[in-house]
Amino acid sequence: MELTNDDVQDILQVLDGLPYDELHLETARFRLSLRRQPDGAWTQATEVLGAPTVRPSAAGSPGGSRPSGSGVSPGGTVSPRDAAAAGLVTAGAAAASLADDYRPEPTAATEADDGLAEIRAPLLGTFYRAPRPGVPPFVSVGSTVRPDTVVCIIETMKLMNSVTAGVSGTVAQIVLANAQFADQGAVLMRIRPLQDGERP
Amino acid sequence: MILRRVLIANRGEIAVRILRTCRRLGIETVFAASDADCDSVPARLADAVIRLGPVSPAESYLNVDAVVSAAIAAGADAIHPGYGFLSENPQLAAACGAHGLVFIGPTAAQLEAVGDKVTARAHAAAAGLPVVPGGELPVEPALAGAAAARLAAEIGWPVLVKAAAGGGGRGLRPVTAPDELAGTVALAMAEAGAAFGDPRVYLERYLPAGRHVEVQLLGDGEHVIHLGDRDCSVQRRYQKLVEEAPAPCLDDRLRAAVRQAAVAFGEHLGYLGLGTVEFLVEPDRGAFYFLEMNARIQVEHPVTEAVTGLDLVAEQIWVAEGNPLRIAQSDVALTGHAIECRINAEDWADGFRPSPGTVTTAAFPVGSGIRVDTHVQPGAAVPPWYDSLLAKLIVWGRDRPEAVSRLRTALARCEIGGVPTTLGLHAQLTATAAFEAGGVDTTFLDRFLLSEVGGG
Repeated sequence: MELTNDDVQDILQVLDGLPYDELHLETARFRLSLRRQPDGAWTQATEVLGAPTVRPSAAGSPGGSRPSGSGVSPGGTVSPRDAAAAGLVTAGAAAASLADDYRPEPTAATEADDGLAEIRAPLLGTFYRAPRPGVPPFVSVGSTVRPDTVVCIIETMKLMNSVTAGVSGTVAQIVLANAQFADQGAVLMRIRPLQDGERP
Repeated sequence: MILRRVLIANRGEIAVRILRTCRRLGIETVFAASDADCDSVPARLADAVIRLGPVSPAESYLNVDAVVSAAIAAGADAIHPGYGFLSENPQLAAACGAHGLVFIGPTAAQLEAVGDKVTARAHAAAAGLPVVPGGELPVEPALAGAAAARLAAEIGWPVLVKAAAGGGGRGLRPVTAPDELAGTVALAMAEAGAAFGDPRVYLERYLPAGRHVEVQLLGDGEHVIHLGDRDCSVQRRYQKLVEEAPAPCLDDRLRAAVRQAAVAFGEHLGYLGLGTVEFLVEPDRGAFYFLEMNARIQVEHPVTEAVTGLDLVAEQIWVAEGNPLRIAQSDVALTGHAIECRINAEDWADGFRPSPGTVTTAAFPVGSGIRVDTHVQPGAAVPPWYDSLLAKLIVWGRDRPEAVSRLRTALARCEIGGVPTTLGLHAQLTATAAFEAGGVDTTFLDRFLLSEVGGG
């Protein structure tokens, strides 16, 4: 049983009349630190302890039969429209279904990577090759790009961040599969920059 | 029926919030966790934890099948969907019904009625509520442009192109230049079709500078009461940052009219559960317009709890059990003033860049008139797959000046380390004279950011 806000208030009432500025309390379930600030007001830091035991999810559909007419797809994921209706279009559902279409494409160039410009993830998140589910990807291997060409999206915390090529050239390699997770700074694509004298 | 075991199909602070009330009521809790949340605070607090699925929301918190399966496997007799995710999804409500589970929320039909913005607008008009001048456009792209031009001339410029399936600030496009209208409508239809699977759009007069005032409703399927109003005008890109109850600096007659309109809408629907009717209010003209209804508990519900003394989750469970309302309108007494700040994991000085990571330190103010709803503690992961809300600081005062004063000192005592947060923004914006005076409109925050941080 963790402490409620009322419990903490009760403890504070006791503490207010005592000459102590800090209280540390630890049980098997929680850790509580109360500190008196110079102005007399209190702050608390609470930690709920203990490792939860997680039951595995039930395999298959509920009760052995799928809810009829619920619109739930055979794969068990909601369709993009359902996701939209739920107020959250994080491309995830549809993107996952599109993932098969967007396997990392083989490197067009067999040369060493020397001379290729790398496009890196500006922040960690999910890599999407298309602006929305069901539409063509921004670029494919062989696409011509300019510095301001949007080449992909990184989704972090429900926010879509466009990533631009940064250089002029052609897409030589797409490193990640659609809907794959990218760490900050991970290489997403490689671009063969324009040679001197080449025209875009 | 009396609920004995509730599956919580949500995460973060609202999962902790629901857990606390269930525990107080003696209801067992099962937290349905994605792989990212198996060691989170709600997982540690719940009576049991069941795996919902992989980290991706689509495969866990947005997966109707997984949620219903988890509830059945856990032996739960009800599902609390929280806010966001599947909370307004009629398919989850229907699937609950089909499997003998109680959905703690409105009926599937009510979710459908308010989930579609065109239908919601029609219901609002039928219930006698003022709606923003506007109308639906034909779905045939060839006809939409000309129809939009005629409609815009009728309702007046500027206009807003809205997706019927949008909501919560998504699928909105303001248009000020008549020659851009046809193109914007075509684009909006294509986008809405791709994003929502529904290309229908409608046109509304664009009212950029109103206040966002909303009314909290509670219904038992027959009777509907209101629990006062809230003001959520401090927004950025339609995302609320600060909310308060009651709405400050609002004329008594206008306030009464807004509340009455919300109740009329709820009664028109025979509404069951907690819901919020949102309005755009123009105090100078004494006018207000229906915006949309959120058919669920809201992030900002604690400010209403602070001024009413009610536990909204407990009332939600009470009516979900099939009971008639146990409070009458005359029992609802509002005392004092409450303000909430949403503390997000965002680097507000860098364009509000979302900032997942790990929380290293977390200390919050404690004392009378202060409440903090949070799921973060030292070591807590802030995963990149979900929204950025870390904590809500709620203060109460006998009047608004006392609440503002308490808010400022309480904010100064909040400390979250490990990830950038919006704490500094709250400290600055609540220190402005405009915020102190109260009654700012929805353009306040953008203007503040331009003046204080040169574009934020």
